[in-house]
Amino acid sequence: MSIDALLETPSLGPNDYASNQEVRWCPGCGDYAILAQMKKTLAGLGLPREKTVFVSGIGCSSRFPYYMNTYGVHGIHGRAPAIATGLKIARPDLSVWVITGDGDGLSIGTNHLIHAIRRNVDINIILFNNRIYGLTKGQYSPTTPLGHPTKSNPYGSLDNPLYALSLAVGCEATFVARGIDVHQKHLGMVLERAAAHKGASFVEIYQNCVVFYDGAWDYATDRDTKFETILELEHGKPLIFGKNRDKGIRFVGIEPQIVSLGNGVSESDLIIHNEKAEQPTLAYFLSRMHHPEFPEPIGVFRDVSRPTFDELMDARHRELVSKRGGPRDLDQLFHEGETWTVEDHQAAQPPE
Amino acid sequence: MNSFSPIRASSQENTVLMRERGEVVQQQSVASSSVKAGVELREATVRFAGDSGDGMQLAGTQLTTASAAAGNDVVTLPDFPAEIRAPRGTKAGVSGFQVHFAGRRIYTPGDKIDALVAMNPAALATNVGDLARGGLLIVDSNSFVKREWEKAGYAANPLDDPALSQFRIIPVEITELTRAAVKDLGLTTKEADRCRNFFAMGLVYWIFDRPLDPTLRFIAAKFGKRPAIAEANRRVLMAGYHYGETTEAVHQRYVVRPAELPPGTYRSLSGNQALAWGLMAASRLSNCDLVYAGYPITPASDILHELAMRWDYGVKTFQAEDEISAVAAAVGAAFGGKMGVTASSGPGISLKAEGLGLAVMLELPLIAVNVQRAGPSTGLPTKTEQADLLQALFGRHGECPLPVLAPQSPADNFEIAVEAWRIAVRYMTPVMILSDGYLANGAEPWRIRDLSEYQPIPVRHPDPDTQDFLPYRRDERLARPWAVPGTPNLMHRIGGLEKQVDTGTVSYDGANHQKMVQLRAQKVAGISKEYPPQPVIGPERGKVLFVSWGGTFGAVRSAVQELLETGYEVAHTHLRYLNPLPDDLGDILSRYERIVVPELNLGQLAVLLQAKYLRPVRSVSKVMGRPFNVEDLVEAGRQAVEED
Repeated sequence: MSIDALLETPSLGPNDYASNQEVRWCPGCGDYAILAQMKKTLAGLGLPREKTVFVSGIGCSSRFPYYMNTYGVHGIHGRAPAIATGLKIARPDLSVWVITGDGDGLSIGTNHLIHAIRRNVDINIILFNNRIYGLTKGQYSPTTPLGHPTKSNPYGSLDNPLYALSLAVGCEATFVARGIDVHQKHLGMVLERAAAHKGASFVEIYQNCVVFYDGAWDYATDRDTKFETILELEHGKPLIFGKNRDKGIRFVGIEPQIVSLGNGVSESDLIIHNEKAEQPTLAYFLSRMHHPEFPEPIGVFRDVSRPTFDELMDARHRELVSKRGGPRDLDQLFHEGETWTVEDHQAAQPPE
Repeated sequence: MNSFSPIRASSQENTVLMRERGEVVQQQSVASSSVKAGVELREATVRFAGDSGDGMQLAGTQLTTASAAAGNDVVTLPDFPAEIRAPRGTKAGVSGFQVHFAGRRIYTPGDKIDALVAMNPAALATNVGDLARGGLLIVDSNSFVKREWEKAGYAANPLDDPALSQFRIIPVEITELTRAAVKDLGLTTKEADRCRNFFAMGLVYWIFDRPLDPTLRFIAAKFGKRPAIAEANRRVLMAGYHYGETTEAVHQRYVVRPAELPPGTYRSLSGNQALAWGLMAASRLSNCDLVYAGYPITPASDILHELAMRWDYGVKTFQAEDEISAVAAAVGAAFGGKMGVTASSGPGISLKAEGLGLAVMLELPLIAVNVQRAGPSTGLPTKTEQADLLQALFGRHGECPLPVLAPQSPADNFEIAVEAWRIAVRYMTPVMILSDGYLANGAEPWRIRDLSEYQPIPVRHPDPDTQDFLPYRRDERLARPWAVPGTPNLMHRIGGLEKQVDTGTVSYDGANHQKMVQLRAQKVAGISKEYPPQPVIGPERGKVLFVSWGGTFGAVRSAVQELLETGYEVAHTHLRYLNPLPDDLGDILSRYERIVVPELNLGQLAVLLQAKYLRPVRSVSKVMGRPFNVEDLVEAGRQAVEED
C-alpha cells in the first residue's frame, strides 16, 4: 500500500504514539533511543495510529509493541514475520512493522525472516542487533563475535557469527539498511526510508545492551573513533569516510580497498554507491565490510522496486473475483460435475 | 484336473457369491434364463489394486461417481503407498481403492471385498486376503509372468495356487486387449498401457451394471485437449465393457438398486473437499473472509489444493514456509479480522502447538484441522489412525483449553467446518477439527446443501464509538470483543504474556493469573450448553452402550445395527464434540452397565471417559492403519452382552 493513502489524519506528535504502558527496559538500554525515534518517525509521516500494527516475537526488543499507541501483537519466539505475513494477506491496507532481535530473528525465527523477505511482503522488519540474548540473561547469539565469552560459552564463543544484512541481501531483499541506536538523526532517516519503501524493508539497528554486552558497538558509537569506523552511504555518492572525509573505498579486483584521497587518488576512483542497482552484488559487497578491517557502512544499502506479495495476491484475488462480477455463488460450485436427484417419494403420493 | 485353469461360474457358485451373510436378496434362475441376466444384490464391495502408476485411484474415483449416479449409497476407502512410485511390481508400490455401494444406507467401505481387480501379482499378494470366499478375482493375466510374480515374492505363478480355488478367477489379457484397442491411434506402448485401468473399469461397470456416461463425460473433460488420449481411454473403457458382454469369461451380472436416501440433489464428495467447502460456506454465512495458511503434508494437502482453486469464490490461500508459519499466519489473519484456518497432520500439529497456545491466549477465532494419520513421527503417513485425541485436548503447555470437534463421515466434514467456525467466532477461540486419513480421502454421496438451510453466523467487530472499550471485557459467553486494526480509538496491544482481567494489559500478578486461567477454561467448558441433545440409538437403557468418535462412526453404527437385528440389545452414541464433552453424556453413560469404546488408538477416549465419569469402560483398539471391520465390532458387542 502506498504511504500516501495513509497520510490524511491531522498531524500527531511523537507522544501521541506512546501507549499508557510503563516502559520496562533497563536504564540506558539502546531500545529507548529506537522507541523515541520510531515515535518521531511515525509522527513525521503522519501514519494513522489505527492503521499501524507492530508485531513482535520474544526478547527484549519484542516488548516494543506494548509501548506504541497503535495496534500490536506480541507473538511467540521468532514467528513475528509469519504473523505479520498473515496479517498483511488479510489486511493489505495496514502499515505493518515487525520488531525482532538477533536471537528472535536470526536464530529461532530465521526461516520466517528469510521467507518474508524473499516474498517481498510489504512489511518493515526492524532487527535490533545487540549481539547477545538479553531477556534470557546473557547467552551468545548468532551475531556474537567468535571468541566472545558469555554465560553459555564461558570460554568464548565457537559459533561463527552471521551478518544480518548479508543474509537479507541473499534473500532477494528489495530494501536493506543499517542504523545505530545513538545516531538518532540518521536512524530517523533510515526508518523513514524503510516506511516509504513498498515491499519488505529490512533494517538492522546496532543496539547496545548495557547489562549483558555493554560496549558491543563502541567502535561504531565512540565520539573519537566513529568517523574512522563508520561510513555513511549516500545514493550516487562515492564511499568516503574519516573525520576529514579524506578516505574512501575503491575496488581492487572484486575486493574493497581503503585509500587516502589526494596524491593522485580522487573521488572518481572511488566506488559510487547505487542503492537502486538491479543486481544485489554491490549491496552484498557493502554488507561484507566489517570492523576492524573496514569502516562499516550505515544507511540504505539497497532500495529497489518489485511487486509485493500482498499486492500480487490482492490483485490476483480481485481479478478472479471481478472476472465473474463478484464472488461466485457456492451453489454453482456444489452442482459442478456429476449430480443426481433423489425424488421425494412421499411428496409424490396423492394426499389421503 | 487342473482346478486353476479359468473357472467358469456355476449356478451353485452364484448362490454363494458375494456375501455369505444372506445378503443376496433375490436369486434369479441362473440355469434357465440367460446367464447374463442381473442378480440383484443389496450391496457390493469392489477393490481395484495395482501398481501405484496403474491409475487405481482414478478407477476407484470413477466407480464411486458411477455408483453414486446409479443412486446407490457409496462409501470408499482409498489406500495408497507412502512412496509416489515405489519400484514397479513390488508389494511396496501397490495402490488400492475400495468402493462399497448399496441399495440402502451404508456406513463403511466394507469389511470383505466381493470383487478384486488385481493388475499384477503384487496387487494380488497384498489384497487377496480381504477377498470374500466365492468372490470375483479379475486379474490381468498378461502381468502374471515369472519376472512379475518373482518381484511380488511368489515362488511360482500364484494363479496356479490351489488356494485360489475358493474364488472365481477371471483372467483377462488386459494389457494385450488394451494395446489392441488403441493400436491405430499412434500411441506409444507406454501411453497405451496407461489406459489399462479403463479396461478394468469397463469390465467392472459391465459386471455391476454401472452407467458409463459419467466416466465418458469425465474422459471428455479431462483429456479433451489431447484427443488421441481421450479416444484411447474411451475405446478401452468400452472394450472392457464389451468384453464382459460378448465373451464367456463372465457369466453373471449383478444389479444393486438405488438406495432410499432423503430427497434432494446429490453428488459424490470426499472428506477433504467437504471440509474445504464447509469452510467456504461458513465464510459466506458469517460474511467473514477465509484466509487459509498451510504447509504440504499427507493427508491434509488436498484441503490446500481445493481451496487454492477457489480464489474466485473469495478465498485466500497461502502456502507457508513451514507448519509454524502457517499457524502464525492464521493468527495474524485473525488479528486482522478474518478467519484464519490451518490444517495439517500429526507431525505438523505438534509443530503448531505453540502457535495454538498463542491463539488461546490472544482469544482469537481460528480453525486448526488435524487430518490424523498413523504415528508417532512419520509413522504410516498414508494410513489412518485416531491417536491424536489426547494431543488435541492436552498437547500444549499450560492450561490451554480449546474446543475439539470431529466429523463422523467424509461428508460430515462440511457440517463440522460450519460448526467449528460458528464456535470460533461466537466464543473467540481457536477450534480444532480432528479428521483422519479415512475421513479425508473417503467419499460418499452428499445431499447438496443450500446455505439457507443454515443459521447465519453473526460476526461483530466493535465500532470506533464503543464506550469504555476494553480488549478483554467479556460478554455473557465469556467471549472478548474482536476489535480489528483500522478501527480508530480502539488501538490495543495483545500478546502471549498473561493479561489483566478486562483491560488486557500485561499482568504478572498470581491471583489475576488464576482468574484468567479459570476464565479461559470456563469459557470453553460453557460451549456444551449450546450443543444439541446427544443422540443415542438402541435401547434407552440396558446392558451395553457403544461410545465412538470420529471416523469409526460407520463401522460402529453398522455393527450396532447388525447386533440389534440379530437380537442383541446394544445402544450406540457417537461423539462429534470431544471438548467439551456433551453435558448429557454422563447421564447417558449411567444408563448402561457396560460401556464399549472402539478406537483406532490404544484407548484414548476410554481414558478420558474413565477419568471424567469414573466409569470403567472396555476399550476396543486397532492400530493397523485401516478402519475397523464391522465383524470385529459385532464380535466385541456379542461378548459384552454375553459375558457375566
